[in-house]
Amino acid sequence: MTMNIRIPSLIILLLTFALTAKAQKNLPSVQLKNLAGESISTNNLAQDDAPTLICFWATWCSPCKRELNNYAELYEDWQEETGVNIIAVSIDDQRSIRRVAPYVNSVLWDYEVLLDPNKDFARAMQVVNVPHTFLVNGAGEIVWQHNNYSDGDEEEVYEQLLKWSK
Amino acid sequence: MRQNLILVGIALCLAFGAAAQEIENNQGVVTGNVQTLWQSYSEDPLIGAIVPPEKTGLNSFGNLIYTQGGFSAGMRYESYLSAVLGFPGRFKGSGIGYRFARYTDETGKVDFTIGNFYEQFGSGIVLRAYEERALGIDNALDGIRIILRPVDGIEVKALYGKQRLDFDSRLINGPGTVRAIDGTIDVNNLFAQAGGLDWKTKWTIGASFVSKFQAGGTISKDSLLLQLPGNIGAWSYRLDAMRGGWSAGVEYAGKINDPSADNGYTYRNGEAILMNLGYTRRGLGVSINAKTVDNMSFRSDRDVLLFDLPINYIPAITQQHTYNLAATLYPYATVISGESSASAEVFYTIPKGTKLGGKYGTNVSLNFAAANGLDTTHLSGADELVYGFERNSWGFGPSKFVRDFNVQISRKESKKFKWKYTFFNLEFNTLATPVTTTFKGIVYADIHVLETQIKTRQRESLRTEFQALFTEQDKGDWATVLAEYTWSPHWFASVIDQYNFGNPSEDARVHYLYGAVGRIDGPHRLSIGYGKRREGIFCIGGVCRAVPASNGFEINFSSSF
Repeated sequence: MTMNIRIPSLIILLLTFALTAKAQKNLPSVQLKNLAGESISTNNLAQDDAPTLICFWATWCSPCKRELNNYAELYEDWQEETGVNIIAVSIDDQRSIRRVAPYVNSVLWDYEVLLDPNKDFARAMQVVNVPHTFLVNGAGEIVWQHNNYSDGDEEEVYEQLLKWSK
Repeated sequence: MRQNLILVGIALCLAFGAAAQEIENNQGVVTGNVQTLWQSYSEDPLIGAIVPPEKTGLNSFGNLIYTQGGFSAGMRYESYLSAVLGFPGRFKGSGIGYRFARYTDETGKVDFTIGNFYEQFGSGIVLRAYEERALGIDNALDGIRIILRPVDGIEVKALYGKQRLDFDSRLINGPGTVRAIDGTIDVNNLFAQAGGLDWKTKWTIGASFVSKFQAGGTISKDSLLLQLPGNIGAWSYRLDAMRGGWSAGVEYAGKINDPSADNGYTYRNGEAILMNLGYTRRGLGVSINAKTVDNMSFRSDRDVLLFDLPINYIPAITQQHTYNLAATLYPYATVISGESSASAEVFYTIPKGTKLGGKYGTNVSLNFAAANGLDTTHLSGADELVYGFERNSWGFGPSKFVRDFNVQISRKESKKFKWKYTFFNLEFNTLATPVTTTFKGIVYADIHVLETQIKTRQRESLRTEFQALFTEQDKGDWATVLAEYTWSPHWFASVIDQYNFGNPSEDARVHYLYGAVGRIDGPHRLSIGYGKRREGIFCIGGVCRAVPASNGFEINFSSSF
């Protein structure tokens, strides 16, 4: 009895997915706070006509900090050339959320930093582990992503930024 | 049966969505991810690695979310065939462990969810439903949640649900029901018309009330026959303020009598207070925290322990360490029955171009955390049986749980070379946090870690860690060496050796050698590893789980679309 109901409903579910799937992805809508305590709706993060880089990170994640520290050195140049806006979404939970603002300021990041302590936005973006970086084009679509960071990846990011800033 | 009805409901909603889309010509979107962890096991009596009858373990998860306009629905398919060692062994079979349908209107004023959902009120001290999938921790609620934002600056959340407890080819919820409401007022936004957004100080206030129901009963203690309450309430009030570079917050929580396995079925009320103060400006950040929790374990089943059915979340005061020796040997977790704790942290960047700062600047951070038992007086006679003890103050009691001091200096010397040095000084009470079976008392340990990174060629780099832990107690001294080579953006290879060179028993001076290679392609990631893993504590965020020793292969795959 159990199986009889479950399997057809699953098939309907999957068929429906298949029928309605679309390649481009827009940003899901989740309400997050920034470091100034203001509410930000994530579906408004994309900029018109310029790329946006959304980087999921945490204060306890070393590769994440390496990534964002390396981007920080290049950020001014990137902004000039491609108009990119970087948004750093911290998934630090209550244990470490109070470290985010002091850390970010001390290392001189000029990014908009958002707090996602219960991973609502991370889940909606299908983030399995951090670092996970998304590139959103000027039309608000996710056009590139990378789930890792090793030194040198910024060169790939730069190529993608050039590609999507035109 | 009920789960099937929900599935049919989700499918129908999706079908309607599909039909509606043709009219509006507004296509829906499907996103998803998969994650698979496979392990094989070989016996290794030296490290205590055993082989389960299945010889291999597999955990696999697939998420699908369908979104169309404000409507979304999704599910997670899980497989434990059988669960990898270190996971709750009772997780079995394959099936749907999470499913939901949600609607959010365009303005964000109305947001409701049926089925499973995660949620956090305030700091989580009275309610937090969350998952740490790598640890097998998931206390998702299953029911209904409504979030209303009637005017700018006001948010109200209300929910009813049962909590995820287990998985046996399907989701299994615990026996209790959780009912909760939370309100947050962003004062500046609420008074926006009176110029609130321009006020120099930003205020946020909030309050929560959470009630759980589980059928009552009686218990006997000596000659006493005690009634177990069915309905138990907990509440919290919070205030946060920010001005310039300053921030401050305080949250108070209370709970009425809640006899449970955690508190020895005593009837004291629970209480907690959390405070934080921060200051930050360019190049500098300071954060000070204090927290006392007394009898605030709150579960939707009074008889379960450890990771099962927590309604709230009480994070540890210590920093979440990432270096192998600092993170896995003596990680602190909040003592659930009660503790008093405080921490302070400073981040500073010595400016670039100065003598000390060097060409690129030098980052320095200092962190100190301390936790003790509560300051209490034990009761006697019948009072002891019913109430256990009385708390004298919010301050530290005599029993030391942990002291954790660490300092880190990191510096980039050139375009090709960076280094980072960290020193830890640890005092760790293994009676309060039982992370080891070989020593009971306070472990005093010093840990030194030197991390270097060399850019060897264009897009290639070598990262190394040299770690040493010195202690007279428990298993004695340890060393860890790690080397990781990366070919950006696709490949990595790493090898780590953890060596217990100072173990008092010569037979136990074992090398735990583990190597891995991996490839990353955008959102897809595959890694293959082989070697020995020490039995120990594996932590993510604020939560830790004991993992048995193992020896064998491991394959990890994750992908999202």
